[in-house]
Amino acid sequence: MSALSYAAPSTVQDAIGLLSGAKGIAKVMSGGTDLLVQMKMGRLKADLIVDTKKLPGIFGITESAGVFTIGAATSGAQLGEHEGLKAAWPGVVEAANLIGSTQVQGRASLAGNLCNASPAADSVPAMIAAGAVAVIVGPNGQREAPVETIVVGPGRTSLAKDEFILQFRLPARPARSSDAYLRFIPRTEMDIAVVGCGVSVTLDAQGVCTAARVALGAVAPTQVLVTAAANALIGHTLDTATLAAVDAAARAACNPITDKRGTIDFRIKIAGVLARRAAKIAYDRAGARA
Amino acid sequence: MSKHHVTATINGEPAEFLCETENTLLDALRDQLRLTGTKEGCGSGDCGACSVIVDGRLVCSCLMLAVEAEGKTIQTIEGIADGEKLHPVQQKFLEHAALQCGFCTPGFLVAAKALLDRNPDPTETEVRYWLAGNLCRCTGYDKIIRAVLDTAAEMRANA
Ligand SMILES: Cc1cc2nc3c(=O)[nH]c(=O)nc-3n(C[C@H](O)[C@H](O)[C@H](O)COP(=O)(O)OP(=O)(O)OC[C@H]3O[C@@H](n4cnc5c(N)ncnc54)[C@H](O)[C@@H]3O)c2cc1C
Ligand code: FES
Ligand code: FES
Repeated sequence: MSALSYAAPSTVQDAIGLLSGAKGIAKVMSGGTDLLVQMKMGRLKADLIVDTKKLPGIFGITESAGVFTIGAATSGAQLGEHEGLKAAWPGVVEAANLIGSTQVQGRASLAGNLCNASPAADSVPAMIAAGAVAVIVGPNGQREAPVETIVVGPGRTSLAKDEFILQFRLPARPARSSDAYLRFIPRTEMDIAVVGCGVSVTLDAQGVCTAARVALGAVAPTQVLVTAAANALIGHTLDTATLAAVDAAARAACNPITDKRGTIDFRIKIAGVLARRAAKIAYDRAGARA
Repeated sequence: MSKHHVTATINGEPAEFLCETENTLLDALRDQLRLTGTKEGCGSGDCGACSVIVDGRLVCSCLMLAVEAEGKTIQTIEGIADGEKLHPVQQKFLEHAALQCGFCTPGFLVAAKALLDRNPDPTETEVRYWLAGNLCRCTGYDKIIRAVLDTAAEMRANA
C-alpha cells in the first residue's frame, strides 16, 4: 500500500488546512508536468498532493478595467486561445506557449512554471517584465507579491509551506504598450532555455519609450529584473546607441553557469543579443497599438 | 491508504477503476482497463506515445494522475476509429506508410486527430509544431507529416 495521499479540495480554506496540517512533505499540484516527473525520478518524495484544479478562481482569464486576472492553474493552451490576452500581453502568452509540447501545453500552468523555481522557466522573465503580481493565499488570508519576489533560488520559493498562488494579475496597459519574450535553445522545439529575455515597453506618441521593464532567465540562480536595461530604454527611441546600452546592461546583469547547453561567455553574449531583439519586437508591437 | 475509486467516460463508455495515488492515467488505462493501445515511451512527457484527449485537450497520460480522471471524458487510440471503420487519419497512415515499428503511432494518431478536430486546414509548419512532442525513431517524420496533411485535405473535401 502506498503512503502517498491525494486531495482535490473544493475550497481555498480546505486547501490551506490540508497544507498546514500535513505531516511530512505536502505539494501543491497544478498541471503536474514538473511535479510528476520529479516524483517519478525519485527527486521528490511527497506524502501528500493537494490538487488545486477544483478550487474556484484557479482557472480562467478575466479582464476588468484593463487588468487581467489569470487563474494560477490556467493551462498554456488556454492562454494561447485568449485573443484579448494575446493582444494586450503577446510576450507573456508567447513565453507561456513555448513551454513543452502541445501535450504539455494542455496542462502546464504559470504557477507551476514559477513555483518549480527553475532558473530557465520560460514564462517567468515575461511575467516579471510585465510587472505581474501573484495573488497568494494562506492561513493569514490573501496577500499580493510581485512575481520577481517569488523565486529565491533554484527549486526554492518565498512561499510558506501552507501558502500557494491562486491567481496572477497583469496591470492595465496605457496606449502604445506591448511586450515580447525570446529564448535561445539549440533547436526550435522541446528544449530548455539557454537564455530567455522578456521586455515590456510603453511609448509616447513620438515613439520615445516612457516606461520599460526587462528581465532575463537562465543567466543566474533566479530570474533577474534588469533595471539598468530598462533605464537605458526610458527616454529614448530604439536608436543604435540605445540598443547598445540595453545590450551592455543585460550582459552586466548576468551571473551564469557553464553547462551542456552553453558556456558562461556564450550565455552572457546571448543575453545582450536577446535583450536587444526582444526590445525591438516589443517596441514595434507597442507602436502598432496607438 | 485505501485505493481511489475513479469513474470516467472513456471512448464514450462509462468506465471505473481502482488506483493508488502514484498511478498515472497511463498506468490505469493499460493495467486496469487493458487499453494497451496507449504506449509508454519515456514516462516523462518527452515522447508523446502516451497521448490521450482529456475533456477535449491533448495531454500526456504519463503526466496525469489516474485519480485526476474522476468525472473526465477521455479519448484514447481505441476510440479513434468508428467501429470497424478506420478514422481517415488511420487510413492515411497506412496509405503513406507513415509507420515502421509502430510504437509511436497511437500517440501520433491521437495527437493528429486532436489537431484536425480544431484546425481542419493546418499548414505543414502547424502540423510539425503541433506534433513536436511526438517522437518517432523510425520514419524520419516526413511520411507522418504528409499523411496528416493528406488526411486534412481529404476530410475537407468530404466535409
Ligand atoms: C516534456 C516537457 C517539456 C518542458 N518544456 C519546458 C519549457 O520549454 N520551458 C519551461 O519553462 N518549462 C518546461 N517544462 C517544465 C514544465 O512543464 C513547466 O515548468 C510548467 O509550467 C509547470 O507547470 P505545472 O502546472 O505542470 O506545474 P506542477 O508540476 O503542477 O508544479 C510545479 C511546481 O510548482 C508548485 N506549484 C504548482 N501550482 C502551484 C500554485 N498554485 N501555488 C504554488 N505552488 C505551485 C508545485 O508544488 C511544484 O513544486 C517542460 C516539462 C516537460 C515534461
Ligand atoms: S510516455 Fe508519456 S510522453 Fe513519453
Ligand atoms: S514507427 Fe517506430 S518509433 Fe515511429
